[in-house]
Amino acid sequence: MIRTAIVGLGKMGLSHLAILRAHPMLDVVGACDSAVYLTDVLARYSGLACFSDYARMLDEVRPSAVLIATPSSAHATMVEAALARGAHVFCEKPFVLDVADGERLVAMADSAGLVTQVGYHFRFVGAFQEAARIVRSGALGTVHHVRAEAYGPVVLRPKGGTWRSARDAGGGALYDYACHALDLVNFIAGMPDGVDGVVRQGVFSTAVDDEVYCTFRYSRGASGQLCVNWSDESYRKMSTRITVWGTNGRLTADRQECQLYLRSRHPALPDTRPGWTIRYTTDLTQEVWYYLRGEEYSAQIDYWAESIAARRLDGRNCFRSALQTDRLVAMITGTGGGLRPIPVVHPGRRPSWWRRLVAGDRA
Amino acid sequence: MNVALDRVLFGDNQFFGVNHMSEDKARAQSMKFQDLAAIIEVLDLAYRSGIRTFMCTTHDRIAEVCEHFRAKADRYPDYQFFPCMPYAHKYANAVTEHGMLDALRMFLPSEGALGAILRGGVALASRDAETIIRLLVDAEMKMFQGLRTPVIFLQNVVTDLVLGLGANACFGIFADHVRGRYAAEPGFITMNVPRLLDALEAAGIDNPIVCANINKIGFRMCGGRELYEQVLAARRFRPIAMSVLASGAIPPREAIAYVRQFDRIESIVFGASSAANIRQTKSLIDELYA
Repeated sequence: MIRTAIVGLGKMGLSHLAILRAHPMLDVVGACDSAVYLTDVLARYSGLACFSDYARMLDEVRPSAVLIATPSSAHATMVEAALARGAHVFCEKPFVLDVADGERLVAMADSAGLVTQVGYHFRFVGAFQEAARIVRSGALGTVHHVRAEAYGPVVLRPKGGTWRSARDAGGGALYDYACHALDLVNFIAGMPDGVDGVVRQGVFSTAVDDEVYCTFRYSRGASGQLCVNWSDESYRKMSTRITVWGTNGRLTADRQECQLYLRSRHPALPDTRPGWTIRYTTDLTQEVWYYLRGEEYSAQIDYWAESIAARRLDGRNCFRSALQTDRLVAMITGTGGGLRPIPVVHPGRRPSWWRRLVAGDRA
Repeated sequence: MNVALDRVLFGDNQFFGVNHMSEDKARAQSMKFQDLAAIIEVLDLAYRSGIRTFMCTTHDRIAEVCEHFRAKADRYPDYQFFPCMPYAHKYANAVTEHGMLDALRMFLPSEGALGAILRGGVALASRDAETIIRLLVDAEMKMFQGLRTPVIFLQNVVTDLVLGLGANACFGIFADHVRGRYAAEPGFITMNVPRLLDALEAAGIDNPIVCANINKIGFRMCGGRELYEQVLAARRFRPIAMSVLASGAIPPREAIAYVRQFDRIESIVFGASSAANIRQTKSLIDELYA
């Protein structure tokens, strides 16, 4: 059994904790959160050893694996503390807010031979895996455009008092929603070489972005678009979709299905006929040993446990892979791609279309 | 207490844009059912086919459905609801937007001792946690006032979260409250039947009503189809089969014939939005169970 601890017991953290506890290879020896009202109830009902001090938990229970599901701004120091004590790490997405931190942590994990993973669970969704397989096969011909979209009903009115509405804590649609879509771009179409036309705006929020749009550039000539908006009530829950256009067809994937249109049969997919081929989640999903909210959440934890058992250091969503997504985020914020950072525009101060036209202001 | 379950129960996923196969289909359905009249029309179709139990999430819009059934009670003399709580996205979105404690405050009555505890943000005694569970159940049950609710379910996202956390006592708190306050039988929706049965047994809940995916292709049957089949043969519980057609992945006759072979399965819940599908599925079940 792998002695495992968890820090951060918010929505994702509690869900992770349930999955960790249900896993036959993992023994949860400690759980930590600053909200004492929560850890008290948890300790009483689940019998878990609970802590409010992360360092104390690490030193007292000496876990060999740590799952970190705290607000994004705490990731870097908490990951470092775990690695320094020789623990394997699973960190929620986004990995870190500063690429330099990420590079340091990748090197640290590498030199200590520790297994790492970041919670980009969409890479464990059957339909997206199928999309990646098809795009990589080359069956679409020369890929010339990719579009990644994520919409959902998270911020629907002004206000909001959680860390997600604080810029320094890694809140906002860019870190919370867009990074999933960006990771899918990296996974399915490959990492873009540049970013331009960035728009990050508040719809209701005043300190962070609620919508993020940008254009991707690939050195081979292909382009792409990112469309992210978490202030869209017409969606029941987060909806993420990626579309890839190539000279031999088009592919669209979301959590439920993978739709492929091929213009002509391709030797890389000899069994796939020209025209539409649609595969559904019921068909693409690998069963898991325990289900909560979606197979992908269990599958990623199972993969982490297996990586630890096998000392697989370069597995799916390892720190090195997630750092690529942080680099893409940095291109969008202008801190990593030599682009000028674009300020968040607040609804109250947004100039009229006319004034913007007159002023030639593209922001 | 041993509530009799109807053979066929009507589900509500189709009304709220839930479709396990396609987001486009889900959206088309939520457009189709944005007016209450469209939902009632389908429930009426199902009722005329002999389906008198509506198993529904405690979605805000169900309150409108309840209002209709209260107002026209004489039209549906034997109608009953199986509420399934909570509608999780309502809570999940609130937690994302407001944080856990503020979200909890939003869904609970603000007056009284509990309000003071929550405002203080201090440690909750276990008695308080039990009070919170009861108050959350009561908040979800408000919309069903005056209607028959002989079985009250815990949704799978909560059942399976509690199961994973190992907080089995919470199942007992829910069951006791549902029995005591609503004279109803507790039900549990899950994707993890074998594991849940052990936990419910540990919580002292005998012969529980458990609603789970049971289908020929093993879709979302954690532990695997074979283990489910063993459990269906050997364990003492009252299974209700859902996702029998696996969102359309299995032809109806084949799908229902698979479920039919397990005598222990008391009911099948299905959702459909066209008259033809409702009639076809209902008559297939009637035929195979005749």
